[in-house]
Amino acid sequence: MYSSKIGDKLSNNVLKKNLGSWLFILPILVIHLFVVALPAMSTIYLSMTDWSGVGVPHFTGLTNIKRLLFDDDNFISALKNNIRWLAFFLTIPFVMSLSAAYGLSQIKRGVMFYRVSLFLPYILPSVIVGALWGFLLNPSSGLTGFLDRIGVPGFDKALLGTSKTALWSIAFIDNWHFWGFLTILFLVALQNVPRELYESAELDGANEFQRFRYVALPGIRPTLVFMLMMVGIWSFLVFDYVWVLTKGGPAGSTEVLGTLVYRTAFGDFEAGYATLQGLGMAFFASASLVSFAILRKRGWEI
Amino acid sequence: MTKLKSRPSVLNIPLIFLSLFAVYPIAVLIMNSLKSRQDLGLNPTGLPKEFMWSNYKTAFETSNFARHATNSMFLVFATVSIVLILGGLAAYSLARLKPRGSNGVMVYMLVMSTLPLWLYIVPLFFLWRQVGLLNNYLGLVLLYVALNSPFAIFLLRSFLVRIPREIEEAAIMDGASKMKVLTKVLLPISWSSFLTVGLVVALNVWNEFQVAFILINDEEKLPIATSFFAFQQTFGNDWTLTSAVGVMVILPVLLLFFVFQRKFTDGLVQGSVKG
Repeated sequence: MYSSKIGDKLSNNVLKKNLGSWLFILPILVIHLFVVALPAMSTIYLSMTDWSGVGVPHFTGLTNIKRLLFDDDNFISALKNNIRWLAFFLTIPFVMSLSAAYGLSQIKRGVMFYRVSLFLPYILPSVIVGALWGFLLNPSSGLTGFLDRIGVPGFDKALLGTSKTALWSIAFIDNWHFWGFLTILFLVALQNVPRELYESAELDGANEFQRFRYVALPGIRPTLVFMLMMVGIWSFLVFDYVWVLTKGGPAGSTEVLGTLVYRTAFGDFEAGYATLQGLGMAFFASASLVSFAILRKRGWEI
Repeated sequence: MTKLKSRPSVLNIPLIFLSLFAVYPIAVLIMNSLKSRQDLGLNPTGLPKEFMWSNYKTAFETSNFARHATNSMFLVFATVSIVLILGGLAAYSLARLKPRGSNGVMVYMLVMSTLPLWLYIVPLFFLWRQVGLLNNYLGLVLLYVALNSPFAIFLLRSFLVRIPREIEEAAIMDGASKMKVLTKVLLPISWSSFLTVGLVVALNVWNEFQVAFILINDEEKLPIATSFFAFQQTFGNDWTLTSAVGVMVILPVLLLFFVFQRKFTDGLVQGSVKG
């Protein structure tokens, strides 16, 4: 009897302690549930309706998904552009930032100066970066105008106004802003690679490239793989740079999923269908996560 | 062990080139903000012939800069305060009190932080319109808080977890409440991590375009980034003025970055080294 009283008191305390502790978490969690999780879940239903954004959504079953899969050329071409974007961002920024970070990890003087300069573009807002590079890539002014005048080939037309070059130009601009962030991230990781590993590699007669390939790269593999995965996700979410620079033009050549969903929801007022396109975007974004999980399961050392 | 050979200074050559690539366009923006239109037309990427400081006066007035900067400062202040207070409370509980089931909150935040905005912004837009939170800072701040809270909670939690428990135990023995322990004992030693989070959130909100572009249409209420975009759409041909507004928009960001650069990186590095 005595012991059960203690037991009661204990479990009462545990309950009280848990409740009190939950009260600290609840405010932010409730906000998050309300503005993110609930709307996100509602898309599962809304994506199967003809909802225009006002009034009552009518359930239309598989009509939307049939349209998305078989009858939506815009979605397919936007998706293709996101895949081009992915190809660009899984290579160029990684080559640039890995080389720069490796270089920075090997020198002694001026590291701070380089760190600050390389990181600077990353703290600028997308609208300013877009406007600035829009000017620099303008054929009649800016950098390309100058390059054209001194006779460098390929700069005689508007890079952002030509279907073939527009998407790559936007990717180049976004990357100008982004790659310094990756560099600092890799540099911090590289600084944790033990010095002795480089030293023994040097004793074994390894050259610069071999030190990079066999010491530095394996040393930061977790960071590298994680960032490849994150960039894989982000590549399907891009909106700012495309909207600021071309709004998806010319002739839809830079339309990506982000700008397409925006147009469908707020331009065509097909909110129900737009949520399905959003789900499609989430599907491809998470595919990046899943593919890394599968590769890891198959025993790839990543 | 032999001393590591001093690395060849050859490595500096690509680094200098890459630094120029990063910094020169920003220099162009600043130089162009000080040119006359004629000067700019002849010389788009070099130093100004004479410094037209009056560009800034014109830019300040035509872009209604004071209005939009005030808007953004309010948004920054509101978002940073809410994220630090509510995120700090949650991080404290997740790091120290660990109520049953709180691991689920960590998983939830992790999953949610990778969720595309486009998955929930469309229903949220129409919901906000229905309840009058469109064109409304409460509606915008609520989403900013949600977008920034996973990062804030992870970072603050990882700092709080590393503080040795003995520090709080004395206070708990004296009968201090959980809230007292947090504000009187933990906060004074972890304020630098709160500063780090505050700086990052402030930067995110000041620079934010996409969400404000969708949720705020009223010209008077536009935050700084969206107002710059609107300005550029109308005055984009006058690149001297556009550059001047651009410089005014990034000036506070650059100043904060240069002042807190060390604190910022140090805070992050300390967090992963100490403990």
